[in-house]
Amino acid sequence: MCTLEKRGRVLILTLTGSGEHRLGPDVISSLRSALATARSDSTAGALVVTNEGRFFCNGFDLAWTGNSKAKLMTLVSQAKPLIADLVSLPMPTIAAVSGHVAAAGVMFALAHDYVYMRGDRGVFYCSELDVGLPFPPYFMVLMRSKLTKPGTLRDLALGAKKINAIEGKERGLVDKVFESASDVLPEAVKMAEQLAARNWIGGVYASIRMSMYPDLCRSVGLPQESDDEVEKHFVSRL
Amino acid sequence: MCTLEKRGRVLILTLTGSGEHRLGPGLISSLRSALATARSDPTVAALVTAGEGRFFSNGLDLAWAKNSSEGLSTLVRLVKPLIADLISLPMPTVAAVTGHAAAAGMMLAVAHDYVYMRGDRGVLYMSELDIGLPFPDYFMDLMQAKITDPRTLRDVTLRAKKITGTEAKERGIVDKVCQSASETVAEAVKMAEELAGRNWDKGVYASIRLSVYPKLCKSLEIPQESDEAVRKHFASRL
Repeated sequence: MCTLEKRGRVLILTLTGSGEHRLGPDVISSLRSALATARSDSTAGALVVTNEGRFFCNGFDLAWTGNSKAKLMTLVSQAKPLIADLVSLPMPTIAAVSGHVAAAGVMFALAHDYVYMRGDRGVFYCSELDVGLPFPPYFMVLMRSKLTKPGTLRDLALGAKKINAIEGKERGLVDKVFESASDVLPEAVKMAEQLAARNWIGGVYASIRMSMYPDLCRSVGLPQESDDEVEKHFVSRL
Repeated sequence: MCTLEKRGRVLILTLTGSGEHRLGPGLISSLRSALATARSDPTVAALVTAGEGRFFSNGLDLAWAKNSSEGLSTLVRLVKPLIADLISLPMPTVAAVTGHAAAAGMMLAVAHDYVYMRGDRGVLYMSELDIGLPFPDYFMDLMQAKITDPRTLRDVTLRAKKITGTEAKERGIVDKVCQSASETVAEAVKMAEELAGRNWDKGVYASIRLSVYPKLCKSLEIPQESDEAVRKHFASRL
């Protein structure tokens, strides 16, 4: 389902296979396991997440949920700690998107610090309105935290618009677009190496990221660092 | 440490000398004193803050912090009311960023209503991640209030990027880029004169600024105006 490879100080998590990499209980579990490995690797300095095939992540595994609302709610609640894992990861994260990103997959991509994407194929698409589903609150908080350009959130969430990489870059979903698909991963890894080479303290990095998105942290159940805990970071530097 | 010069209805506060203008107890006290003077002078209608030499302000006086038993926490605590003074100042404020503005020095700059910066030299830089420090909460609140593009905020806080005047203008941190330090000051003064010429009620100006940044005000412990107080502004106009 996913593999974790290390290149120097960069960890590369790949969603494997030619399928849609939909988030079902097993995929979520695999991803969380890989992220736990990343978290506990004290020599890792950055994480790149990428995909094989035509899809980065096409959303929840609706084949698994079938018509069961309860099963869908299960996936919604299981994906929450996955997003929390990314938002609290003590290292920079880059999504190297090489395919379509839809619904829960959009959340998964947006939860990374940087989004690199191929320019020739793949769209961001919140399908919820088209399939008649509202957004789980933490999905909306995540989008509101990351998408502040006028019209972007409205078009994505309220317009179910399919946004390609180039438009994504203009509208603040994507940082860098690559004409050649084969450039996405190497460039993401290069950026990851540059970030890892800054030798930042992982705990401080995560602390700063979480302080940027307090509403998101609250909504995915990440405890807010107390003033004492923040102060400990200060004290440790003197 | 700092001088005050009056030009018509504009007060120019200059951080003097060729040093880094680091914020230690002495300079913070001088600046607060100058701002108190500005606040209480009925003939003053706008403030410009500038720096001499290569630095606008390079941040907190870490050397002082190391030699003091209370250290960094004290300086963080002392800078808070300085920022609060600026946010509550009853007149338009223009920062003429004539050199590097880093960490707390960058906070000082962006706490102004308008930020003018030289484009030929100097950077804005939040060094905290590179030094291994998280941000005091009011720093993050100030940045979130003034830097609303998530990717720019990320580059400032989570990438510790050194941003030139030109890039800062493109990204919405700086209002105007000028060719030199002296041009930056001249243009800032011109803008201040223009704003002073609008003859705005100074109390209303401050009231409106506070209402634009409610979260920041709470974080800086600036008392929220009661409905009564706001109504008084209305009543005084009828």
